[in-house]
Amino acid sequence: MTQTEALREYLLRLADSDMILGQRLCELCGKAPALEEEMAVMNVALDLIGQARNWYEYAAELIDDGRDADKLAFLRDAHDYRNLLLTEQPNEDYAVTMGRQFFFDVWHYFTLTSLTESSDERIAGIASKAVKEATYHLRRSSEWVKRLGDGTEESHQRMQDAVDILWRFTGELITPDDTDRVLAEAGIGPEPDQLAQDWRGMANEVLTQATLTPGAEDAWMYMGGKHGEHTEHLGFILAEMQFLQRAYPDATTW
Amino acid sequence: MYAQLVETGAKRLKTKEEMSPEELEFQEKVDAEIKIEPKNWMPEGYRKTLIRQISQHAHSEVVGMLPEGNWVTRAPNLKRKLQLMAKIQDEAGHGLYLYSSMETLGADRDEEIEKLHQGKAKYSSIFNYPTLNWADMGAVGWLVDGAAIVNQVVLQRTSYGPYSRAMVRICKEESFHQRQGYQILLDMMREGTDEQKAMVQDAINRIWWPALMMFGPHDDESPNSQQSLAWKIKRKSNDELRQMFIDQTIPQLEFLGCTAPDPDLKWNEETGHYDFGEINWQEFYDVLKGNGPCNRERITTRKKAIDEGAWVRQAAVAYAEKQKQRANAA
Repeated sequence: MTQTEALREYLLRLADSDMILGQRLCELCGKAPALEEEMAVMNVALDLIGQARNWYEYAAELIDDGRDADKLAFLRDAHDYRNLLLTEQPNEDYAVTMGRQFFFDVWHYFTLTSLTESSDERIAGIASKAVKEATYHLRRSSEWVKRLGDGTEESHQRMQDAVDILWRFTGELITPDDTDRVLAEAGIGPEPDQLAQDWRGMANEVLTQATLTPGAEDAWMYMGGKHGEHTEHLGFILAEMQFLQRAYPDATTW
Repeated sequence: MYAQLVETGAKRLKTKEEMSPEELEFQEKVDAEIKIEPKNWMPEGYRKTLIRQISQHAHSEVVGMLPEGNWVTRAPNLKRKLQLMAKIQDEAGHGLYLYSSMETLGADRDEEIEKLHQGKAKYSSIFNYPTLNWADMGAVGWLVDGAAIVNQVVLQRTSYGPYSRAMVRICKEESFHQRQGYQILLDMMREGTDEQKAMVQDAINRIWWPALMMFGPHDDESPNSQQSLAWKIKRKSNDELRQMFIDQTIPQLEFLGCTAPDPDLKWNEETGHYDFGEINWQEFYDVLKGNGPCNRERITTRKKAIDEGAWVRQAAVAYAEKQKQRANAA
């Protein structure tokens, strides 16, 4: 794998993960447990899809086959999507929504922090802006995990169930493949061991404070999103998200 | 206008002779355009009317997120998706801001929301209509936010200080939403396919009359307007506002190259205003009574969100309490 190939692949992972998690959060519009949360959920979603657009634009330039950011987002099928499996998991109850957000935010925060020092200036520039947003996202989701974990008996049980349900998708966040390794060696992407260590450290710390039990480190992990092998959920997400683009292929302006 | 048929409790206006000294002093302040602030004395009817009006307005912002939420997962490109998300976020913010302003009158947000969920409190009838194609996101922004602005621009001068200040801030954002909505339609009409143009006209056909209904019944059918106008909670009558809206909207409609579903719509040289057809008032009152296309779904969705979120809010309270105890123990 060449560095350019790895870079294209990696940008799509960043973009698609932001996009799909943002889309999941959009589904919550009008359904959050409090009005303050309506604002916060939409705010986080707005940040994520805004970041996705930046990554798509850079990816489109490198791919250079005439597709722009919109075409990358709205005209690729599931097998071409490179998002982390975690991001496509359904909202379920607010514990699952928040658990998914927290596991993602820890990964996102450390990834973006590392990318601010990327040898690729364009990446460093996008990451520098995005990491400010991700810092807020992580603070918010950590607080919620603690509130729910250490709140009432019911919320504790729900939050622990959420951790148990989602744990199998966390391995993908910190298990490197060739793409990750090539970019790490080139000083473009995060150093995989460091990322894994940081993720585990922060996740365990917050879960412990929240009186929750993390999953086992050697637990079986469900992976494949980074290579386009997804759970059954992604097809439905795309069917909804790409409806207009597919139903009106001749429309070039909206 | 996000408040319709707000009950004032007054059968008729009191004359100055009938007013108590406090009422008289209050009315003189209002007449002199001095803002009423939370700590000032106010007639009980004034306070209750404002609570009703502001809570209706707040409920409308929140329920109004639902017809847009219906399309935010299906926006046509990244730009439009981000715009719609930002608009929805603004609306949640307006809701919060208005509930806070309502709470300065001694009302409780949770109690007022409970009234909404029990069907005892109103919200704007417009949000009981479905959004059936993407152009509805343009038409809602242009016509619905447009109608709201006509009312709210006037409400910036409303007599109650906190409400007036809320309106100033909200109006700025609503104007932005309206321009964005119009742009959605304009882009589709100028550069879109025939199918897209048909979408735009279809959206206007469906939303036109419900948007006009937002201003409420005719003045002579609006028993509470007189008191609200005297208190300067309202600043212009329903029919005046509706006419203002029509007069400013028709040129925009023509510029789009679209038509209104009203054969009686025509410019009247003598009055200097547009004449327009009669609203289907039966439909208006039906929707207000709960018999609109989406009344049931809207309230069910809102109630479900709050009911099913109860454990989340309880957890937040319990956690805050524990943190407080830990801080005290330390």
